[in-house]
Amino acid sequence: MLLAAFFGVLVWASSHLAPVGDPDAPLHREISPAGTPVAGAHYIHESYRDAHTENMVTVVLADYRAFDTLGETVVVFAAGVGVFLVLARRKA
Amino acid sequence: MNLFIETTMFLLLIASAIAAIELRDLLAAVVVTSVFSFVLATLFVAFGAVDVGFTEAVVGAGVVGVYYIAMLLHTEGRADD
Amino acid sequence: MITHSNISPILRFACRSAARIIQVFGVYVIVHGHYSPGGGFQGGALLAAAVFLLRIGEGREHSQRDMPSRVTLLLGSIGVLVYGAVGLLTIATGGRFLDYDAVPLPGLSLDDRHYWAILVIELAVGLAVMAILVGIFDRLLQRFHHD
Repeated sequence: MLLAAFFGVLVWASSHLAPVGDPDAPLHREISPAGTPVAGAHYIHESYRDAHTENMVTVVLADYRAFDTLGETVVVFAAGVGVFLVLARRKA
Repeated sequence: MNLFIETTMFLLLIASAIAAIELRDLLAAVVVTSVFSFVLATLFVAFGAVDVGFTEAVVGAGVVGVYYIAMLLHTEGRADD
Repeated sequence: MITHSNISPILRFACRSAARIIQVFGVYVIVHGHYSPGGGFQGGALLAAAVFLLRIGEGREHSQRDMPSRVTLLLGSIGVLVYGAVGLLTIATGGRFLDYDAVPLPGLSLDDRHYWAILVIELAVGLAVMAILVGIFDRLLQRFHHD
């Protein structure tokens, strides 16, 4: 019952989303509805000039958001260390 | 045509998710989980998120499936409930 | 228990060939991440998948020369430390943390400095992800092999 209600809410909400690839969607404009510049437009304009790299996703991941990628790597490392400690062979 | 393919993909996604929960044989459930990840990766690519789709295909359909099967070697391979 | 002797030669040859192809593709995904989708994380996971295939198809002992089990944690640490060292290097040369304008590569323009710094970062992430995934896989199967 709760599941059906939640499913209904999701379908109702997704019917109000902008169509995929719509260039006039608020997400894809250079100025947001609140009147501030959108960060994505800055990356699209500047990424090749800043880093001489065609792939914008790589520039965002490894340059503008390098600190987040460092955190992601540390999380993977911490997961590995956790498995090593939990599954360490016990000296009988 | 595009809408038809995406609808088919979503139905496959839901069917594989339900099958992964309901299957009694755990090895089959792991395989269906990999199918779920692969369909999800295809949907990501269809929506233009190629990097996310690539990660999902490699990690979700490959590495996680191998980990599950490695852990299945320690069990009986059947769900009781 | 999986040993080298009870795996058929056909299976061994197939796993070995496929693993080499996957490894080449993984390195390509890492170093070509500037121009096509992919990067350190995806390429590292592909390299790890190739090592999984060798571990399954050749047996645990004979795949040790491709990727020894005991160096996995060491390699993962090296990957994370190289990433952090690039960040600290840019502080030491007068920039902010991970500010690639300050990478000390003489004779390169600012955008080329970013280019090479991103390549180093991707290699470090790929090394760390590959080593940690292989290490987790070895530890998961360890008790099974030693019982």
